[in-house]
Amino acid sequence: MTTTDLETREAAPRQDNQDPALFGQTPSQTVGPYFHYGLAWKGGADLVQRSEMGARLDLIPPEHYVLGDSNVSGTPQGKVILVAGCVYDAGGNPVPDAMIELWQANAAGRYASPEDDREDVPLDAHFIGFGRSSTDVDGVYRFRTIRPGRVPGPGNTLQAPHLALSVFARGVIKRLPTRLYFADGEGNDTDPILTLVPEERRHTLIAQRKPDGTWWLDIHLQGTNETVFFDL
Amino acid sequence: MSRLILPYSRDDEGAPPSLWPDYRSTVPRSPRQPALAIPQTLTEVTGPAGAWDRLMGPAMADMTAQHRGEPQGQRIVVTGRVLDEAGRPVPNTVVEIWQANAAGRYIHAKDDWPAPLDPNFSGAGRVVTDEQGRYRYVTIRPGAYPWGNHKNAWRPAHIHLSLLGPAFSTRLVTQMYFPDDPLIEIDPIANAVPMPYRQRMVSRFDMATTVPNWALGYVFDIVLKGREQTPFEDDHDDDH
Repeated sequence: MTTTDLETREAAPRQDNQDPALFGQTPSQTVGPYFHYGLAWKGGADLVQRSEMGARLDLIPPEHYVLGDSNVSGTPQGKVILVAGCVYDAGGNPVPDAMIELWQANAAGRYASPEDDREDVPLDAHFIGFGRSSTDVDGVYRFRTIRPGRVPGPGNTLQAPHLALSVFARGVIKRLPTRLYFADGEGNDTDPILTLVPEERRHTLIAQRKPDGTWWLDIHLQGTNETVFFDL
Repeated sequence: MSRLILPYSRDDEGAPPSLWPDYRSTVPRSPRQPALAIPQTLTEVTGPAGAWDRLMGPAMADMTAQHRGEPQGQRIVVTGRVLDEAGRPVPNTVVEIWQANAAGRYIHAKDDWPAPLDPNFSGAGRVVTDEQGRYRYVTIRPGAYPWGNHKNAWRPAHIHLSLLGPAFSTRLVTQMYFPDDPLIEIDPIANAVPMPYRQRMVSRFDMATTVPNWALGYVFDIVLKGREQTPFEDDHDDDH
């Protein structure tokens, strides 16, 4: 009788993403309802000054808050703006367990990314341009940021100032990418992305200025005013 | 100045639909209009990849060492690589992690099912990949838990993962499941991904990762959208 070499035995592999026959994009899954203590850090929604904007501290026991604090290192260049809106479901009910992510260029129109290597446009040491805002009990997201400059589009085009947004929520299996433009934005009429959107739906991407100065854009996951989401 | 935009690929055949009626919350929360295909611009191919530590803070790779005592449950090591679709490593990218405790309960204030909380386990962490795209963290194996989707609905044990990748286009939030969990095949959320692609979300038990007298090991490779080889746009005309 021979004995088995117990110390080098391996469990039988099941088919998974290490199998070349199956290898490919890891599929998306929902963030679920309990993401707040894992993703939405204090100040995540404030790209301008130190604060706790963006986090839902009412949902996280203080002793279990292990995320970081505001990363703002100084005052960024440009015009400070407040951007907000309500996330709605098909029935017009606010969605209080959503998270909006923001990605944008700085005031000069440059992205803080190695991929944007245009040295003639300045970087801003105090501005990364990425943020996260949990929606509050009323379904409202809220960012304090800088009005972005214009960035190049395809060909010789110039894009109008915009924020790239991603919507995550319980019931949202894969993130929904969209954009926010400004009602008074320079170049909205010729923006290479906005002009691809059927005219009657363009308003779902254009924030309006409230009397208090806040740029307001509701996000409708479904329904008559359904937001235009992108296939990237 | 001429600018080449190499777009990232779109969803492959393993991507779930936004509307999956078995997962009831998708019914009122998924768009009915088809997503609008747009060309990828500088906005979509850039991202805060290099600034993750400034944004989120340093790595927290040991989720069993965040409190005074050790958490209850089965200690595990999870490791793997973050790759693109061509199998190339994605270095210096952040993986954010959150999960329930060994009893299947989240520390979140809205999770109130009668399973015990663990004062020594928060369930949130973060790791960053090395030059070969490798990551590794230590945690405890999460428990399954009931949810309100239908009568006697239970989520399979899972760990939530969030990756930025190099660009806005590569953003991924997913869930890692454990091999041989009978709940996976009856879970509406996992089932939104058709077979065989669902198996891409299942980790592999691995003896080489298992640490003698200390922790079981699991391997989970995460694959992000890759970059296509032909430029989408190179239309700048410097002669004007």
